[in-house]
Amino acid sequence: MSEAERFSVPRWQSGQPAELRVLDVDVEGPVLSDEARRVAERIASKYPTRRSAMIPLLYLVQAEVGWVPRRGMREVADVLGLTTAEVEAVATFYTMLKLHPCGRYIVSICTNPSCALLGARRLYERARELLGESAERVSEDGLFTLEEEECLAACDQAPVVAVNFLFYDRVSEEQLESMIEEIRQGRPPAASRGGIPGELKDISRVLAGLGTDRAAEVEDG
Amino acid sequence: MAEFQPVLTARWGDPEAATLHGYERTGGYQALRKALSMDPAAVIEEVKSSGLRGRGGAGFPTGTKWSFIPQDTGKPVYVVVNFDESEPGTFNNRELIERDPHQLVEGAIICAYAVRCRTAFVYCRGEFVWPGTVLERAIAEAYEAGYLGKDILGSGFDLDVILHRGAGAYICGEETALLESLEGFRGQPRLRPPFPAVEGLYRSPTVINNVETLSCVPHIIDRGARWFASIGAGKSTGPGIFSVSGKVNRPGNYEAPMGTTARELIEGHAGGVRDGKRVKAWTPGGSSTPLLTAEHLDVQMGFDEVQAAGSLLGTKAMIVLDERDCVVDAVLRFTQFYAHESCGKCTPCREGTWWMTRVLRRVEQGRGRMEDIDLMQTVGQNMLFKSFCALADGAVSPIDSSIKYFRDEYEEHVRLGRCPLREESPRLEAASARSGGTTGALAQVLPEGIEVELGEVLG
Repeated sequence: MSEAERFSVPRWQSGQPAELRVLDVDVEGPVLSDEARRVAERIASKYPTRRSAMIPLLYLVQAEVGWVPRRGMREVADVLGLTTAEVEAVATFYTMLKLHPCGRYIVSICTNPSCALLGARRLYERARELLGESAERVSEDGLFTLEEEECLAACDQAPVVAVNFLFYDRVSEEQLESMIEEIRQGRPPAASRGGIPGELKDISRVLAGLGTDRAAEVEDG
Repeated sequence: MAEFQPVLTARWGDPEAATLHGYERTGGYQALRKALSMDPAAVIEEVKSSGLRGRGGAGFPTGTKWSFIPQDTGKPVYVVVNFDESEPGTFNNRELIERDPHQLVEGAIICAYAVRCRTAFVYCRGEFVWPGTVLERAIAEAYEAGYLGKDILGSGFDLDVILHRGAGAYICGEETALLESLEGFRGQPRLRPPFPAVEGLYRSPTVINNVETLSCVPHIIDRGARWFASIGAGKSTGPGIFSVSGKVNRPGNYEAPMGTTARELIEGHAGGVRDGKRVKAWTPGGSSTPLLTAEHLDVQMGFDEVQAAGSLLGTKAMIVLDERDCVVDAVLRFTQFYAHESCGKCTPCREGTWWMTRVLRRVEQGRGRMEDIDLMQTVGQNMLFKSFCALADGAVSPIDSSIKYFRDEYEEHVRLGRCPLREESPRLEAASARSGGTTGALAQVLPEGIEVELGEVLG
């Protein structure tokens, strides 16, 4: 049995295709610093039950590492008083929790009909050309992960491209090219709303519920 | 009737509306003051008699939902705002929050007061990094101004609001899956009964309402149930925000009285179809509602009226296809969405969406057989009403309705051995190997051609 087969989990169960799930790749711990542990404790005590902090804490791991390695799941389990399996069961369900090393910028292109009717599929294919096949996992320069996205709820601005989940409206192929070029030069352009996107680690902090300060920076930047 | 004045979107032109100052300047939080001077039961009664029905898809009467909350269980009561907007074609909750977040905060506080809740949650879609941030700031401002926290405006009423971000799962918009997710589990729906009003979040009585629904509440309290009920048509009262997208000249959110005709929204507000083409098909309420055609443009966009026309009002999200667009291709893309988003709990949904994608793909690519059309209808019958939630039912809607109205287009694909509209239409099928289940993991291990054999088994 090949490695890909051994680790393959049908996509509809995992939320992510098998070839992108490499749970046997791990990092050395601890991934949560003492400071991050204190933050985790604060988040967990905000909810009526500690377990409700599951997704925020997995985002916190992603904010520290840039993705969610198994080691991070173990530490979240430790904070919440759960088993690693219980945490893994949740982490594997949600597509925004990245279970493999990925790019610092997630480029998501919506190809649902409202966007596809206005050319989103060509846009996606162009992005794949520009970033290379490997970008569907992580591009060779480590900057990008390219994703085909389901409806982003901005159909009036179709076709929509998101970079680390900040949206760019009515993107043409030329605009897509220059966006990618500017990110490569370390100067991501401002999104249509919400300012300049931070790296995935920064956005993951916002998603963990710690973002108000950083988000202000994002907007002003 | 007098000309309609926007209600929910009245502040959208004002760049300051998203701030507390801008909101208060235009009458914001006055309804809350009024509500706090009323008996909670009277607030529920007011919402009930306004006729407000949930805008999240099901159309359940909001006041009635609130009145189901028992007060004698000894458990806390929770209010959960469903801001997980993800139904394809739907985008009014996002814009409501980006432009006027305090309207929702005020509505949620009034709701919490009415059902005697002390802790409310907002479940914000993960991808809404920016809208979620706008709402976080509004909540922080509301705390600062004493509209949240302890002893709100000296009334003795306490309320905390926690904004919780999801992580990319359409199914979490389904109310029981949302609760599972909020409790820290996989977002998989629960069997009902018990309904959330009795056993919801942490097995306690819970009200779950959509953003647009709660945004109506301050206006109902402020201007009265009778005023609200005077807007709209039949049993669909009040204003509504209609999301129009696809091949129209001016895609956007348009506020109009409930019961406005589809023609007025598509041809009037949205400026008609691009390039002078004609409407071929449209969804009245997102991709989970059965497609309608140009024949149905005079249908009134109210709950009962759309149902009488054979579809559902859903989220009032109208995706418009014109005569150049391939319906089979569009339905394939919708079905890929459902295959991707099925949570996998119930077999008819998990397997059904996956196989439907395969059959649809071979038909669209010209490799189908005439029997495939009946096969899809049979499979659809085996998926309908057989799961914990309505995701599978939603997945069957575009397939069944497109076969009903566009059977000849399916047949032409089979007869010609190709898409008859390939030249004119943009490609709608998912582009990458990552989307739509069928090209993912299992496709790699299944031998080529297995779909034909399985088709025979299923048929």
